[in-house]
Amino acid sequence: MPKQSPVPDKLSKPFWDACNEGKLVMLTCTACNLMQYPPEATCRKCNSAEKLVWKEVSGWGKIHGYCTMYDCRIRLLQAEQPFNLASIALEEDPGVLMYANLPGTPVDEVPVGATVKVEFVTTPGNGQKVPEWRVTEPRWKAAKKAARPAARKR
Amino acid sequence: MVTQKGVAAKLYRSKDGLGVWEHRGKVAAVSYGYSPCDRRWDENLEHSLGAYSMIAAKKALEEAGIRLDQVDGVVSAPGPIGEPWAPRPYFAPPYDSEDGISLVTAEWLIKNMGLKNVRFANSEASRGHGQVLGMASQAIGEGLCHTCLVLFPFGNLAGRYSQAGSNARETATGNGQWSMPWGWGAAGAGFAYGFNQYCRKYGVNHDMMAPFVVNLRRNGRMNPMGYYAQHPEEPLTVEDYLASRWVVKPLCLHDADRPVNAAVCFLLTTADRAKDMKLPPVYVLNHNNNNFEARGLTHTAEEMGQFGDIHARRMYEGSGLTPSEVDIFNPYDGFTLFTQYYLDAFGWHGVKKGEALHFYQGDIRVEGPHPFLSSGGNNGTGRTRAAIFTDCIEQLQGRAGPRQVHIKAETAIAGCTMPHTCAWMAFGKYPD
Ligand SMILES: [Zn+2]
Repeated sequence: MPKQSPVPDKLSKPFWDACNEGKLVMLTCTACNLMQYPPEATCRKCNSAEKLVWKEVSGWGKIHGYCTMYDCRIRLLQAEQPFNLASIALEEDPGVLMYANLPGTPVDEVPVGATVKVEFVTTPGNGQKVPEWRVTEPRWKAAKKAARPAARKR
Repeated sequence: MVTQKGVAAKLYRSKDGLGVWEHRGKVAAVSYGYSPCDRRWDENLEHSLGAYSMIAAKKALEEAGIRLDQVDGVVSAPGPIGEPWAPRPYFAPPYDSEDGISLVTAEWLIKNMGLKNVRFANSEASRGHGQVLGMASQAIGEGLCHTCLVLFPFGNLAGRYSQAGSNARETATGNGQWSMPWGWGAAGAGFAYGFNQYCRKYGVNHDMMAPFVVNLRRNGRMNPMGYYAQHPEEPLTVEDYLASRWVVKPLCLHDADRPVNAAVCFLLTTADRAKDMKLPPVYVLNHNNNNFEARGLTHTAEEMGQFGDIHARRMYEGSGLTPSEVDIFNPYDGFTLFTQYYLDAFGWHGVKKGEALHFYQGDIRVEGPHPFLSSGGNNGTGRTRAAIFTDCIEQLQGRAGPRQVHIKAETAIAGCTMPHTCAWMAFGKYPD
């Protein structure tokens, strides 16, 4: 989908720079252990600015909910209708929700609760990469495959 | 008399534990007036939002038998709601700015109606159509004014709005960088999303909304202030509703209120002064203005349910009413897909969590035992956000005409707008 390109500002630049390097990072308060997305200048719980650090997260999440867009105000996306508008709860902090169009998942077939993995797609406006999410097998299965332990010799 | 910034915030009730409202029964709503309700402004200055605001204000005064020189308060939720008139050229005064065209401030109304004795004016709540009634009630209670016009101007110019500007660009800036790349940002998307969650949680579905929306339109056709009474169409049927196009599924076209160009004006005063006016007073029992922040990017169904609970708790606390004592209930329905949170939370007519859509399948007609949203709401009257309040006044005065409910009508609660930002009024036929 030809997404609008985010224009980074002072607060968001570390997030978008990380996306361009294929990493997902969250502004995290180390005192409260709370992630905030979108980033804010101070922690919403303790109000501290000093305790906020950018932390890389795994890029795993679950589909929290969705609706289906038929009449979008954003011109670039109007040719893509209808499309999924889902939100993803982050594995590290399910209170953090991120939007997704779920490439590969047909509309009306969104599996709420399913595991998703982040990927980064390039937007045409300024080349900025943005996170997108794809339904995948549960993380433990993917981990099992990746490890491929050799059969034990007896 | 001009708006002093920061005054509004001091007049709202926005917390738990405030107890029964200290001015309960000492402030009264007496009358209201309304202008013609047009789909859009036709660019005739006699049909402008400013002209319509003056028509509505004059009617409110006439109905109550009040002269211009007796008015000492004016509060407006000025807008704008839709697009500005600019960059098109303005007109001769008083239409030489947006004020009077796409919005109407208290100051504009004071000047153009020649109100000379205004002591209290406020235009801070730009879209706060519930807030201004509470603000005026508190101002009267505190003696900042005694006879107050409360204006709801609602403008709608030609053309679809929100199609230009940031929506037409290749880039997304500011808050838009977190939502617009994925196409989130259409009106109602968050409520469609939440409604899906609500349906999954409680095992209900969108088709169950049909009798509710059909009944809203039916009530609206019986409400002379509204768009569908002034511009009759074929009555909406269940089949029409089920065949309606999706805007953002599961929100269909008929789940959204119709933008209109119209104004409504209320007259509030002290309980003492109201006794001598032409219409019976309806006493204000409480007001609340509550705003909540979601944890994440959008409000989830769970959060909106929790917000609903807080609205209900504070309104019952401040009014001293219990759920079974509320006769008329007009919660906001600007998108019909969030009204269930209010019904579930306020527990009107015994509705419990998750039961609202089942309740819609019962007899909710004004003639029946459960006359829910007897106003017709925004959905049934057009987007003035006023019918929910005018209906409370009319029902308690016993002059709602064909909409007059057949059950007892001595107390009423109404509020707008959305679950995360909603302001409420409670009214009583009696002051105590
Ligand atoms: Zn903190």
